[in-house]
Amino acid sequence: MQVLYGRHHVRVFRFSLRLVRNESIAEDLISEVFLDVWRQAGKFEGRSAVSTWLLAITRFKALSALRKRKDAELDDETAAAIEDTSDNPETAFVKKDKSKALQNCLTALSPDHREIVDLVYYHEKSVEEVAEIVGIPENTVKTRLFYARKKLAELLNAAGIERGWP
Amino acid sequence: MMAKGNSSGADTQMSDREPTELEALLPFHAAGTLGLHDTRRVDAALASDPDLALQYKAIQDEYAETILLNESLGAPSVRAMQRLSAAIDAEPARKASAISNLVFRLGGFFSTLSARTLALAAIAGAVALLLQAGVIGALVKARLGDDFETASFQAQTSAGTFGLLRFAPNANIDEISQLLITYDATIISGPKAGMFRIKFGQKVLSKEDAAQLLARLQNEKIVNLAVAAE
Repeated sequence: MQVLYGRHHVRVFRFSLRLVRNESIAEDLISEVFLDVWRQAGKFEGRSAVSTWLLAITRFKALSALRKRKDAELDDETAAAIEDTSDNPETAFVKKDKSKALQNCLTALSPDHREIVDLVYYHEKSVEEVAEIVGIPENTVKTRLFYARKKLAELLNAAGIERGWP
Repeated sequence: MMAKGNSSGADTQMSDREPTELEALLPFHAAGTLGLHDTRRVDAALASDPDLALQYKAIQDEYAETILLNESLGAPSVRAMQRLSAAIDAEPARKASAISNLVFRLGGFFSTLSARTLALAAIAGAVALLLQAGVIGALVKARLGDDFETASFQAQTSAGTFGLLRFAPNANIDEISQLLITYDATIISGPKAGMFRIKFGQKVLSKEDAAQLLARLQNEKIVNLAVAAE
């Protein structure tokens, strides 16, 4: 268990943190995820990579944790996130820091878009693996990522960053 | 167990046009998760379609920044492990064999592969590991000499200009070695998320010079991705 934990806990933490945006909750989720692994190891059928299985459990736990939070709290956070969306790219534009602006815009994407970008680029999951983790058809994986990238381009354009696409 | 993804909104609000088949594969090509057949199709399209190549450049930026952003999130505290240990200790004793069951099932998965598949996979894996370790080890040794300090020590104590590099899968030792000599570069550490940390010369270059250097590197045929690093 320690080996499994040592190998995967940082990526599980980062994936859940990007979903729930709260370090304390993300840390709680790690122990919940690995406890589930401990309990359900017998159900693992070996048809997918362990990391794919772990990320699917993490996603399920993160969404459940988000649903448990009060609506008002969620609204406040959503409002804060929207505010961040407009402020951060502008700030980055003033600094003419394309890298920072790009990272801020990646943070400002919607949860669905943020999730798919992270799974493909950071967790290096294939079309099939993302489909398994998120629970959507493979074609939807591709189109959702395309629209996430278009949204990213829009946010960058709004911040005055032109990349030549789209 | 898995929650189904929400397909409304996220998939339609930007739907002024659908991506072409190859266009939709570009991010997976950048991340190296396509099969050989699709990789070749995308390679051929990139070589002949300037618009696609332009879009691919934007994707490489997104790819690099997503990695940097996630890496900047840090790691959880020991509290998470302590909480897990306490929870496992509180579990009934009969659960104790669960992980060994997982290991058993992983073993079962490998046993379902044919001997030929398993042998080929093992050989390919071993060759890849040896090549990677050998190539990088040889290069580090060659560049730093016999009495070099550890890579992390060098990275922390030396001044210079740093970058993150991802080599093309088909790059060989001669090509990588020649590239390092040409750019007066040293591999410091890696691979991490498929990227190596590189140090260029002994001087700290200006931001503009560093950007030009990385742009030149990005155009090298054995380099998939070159981005600045601190």
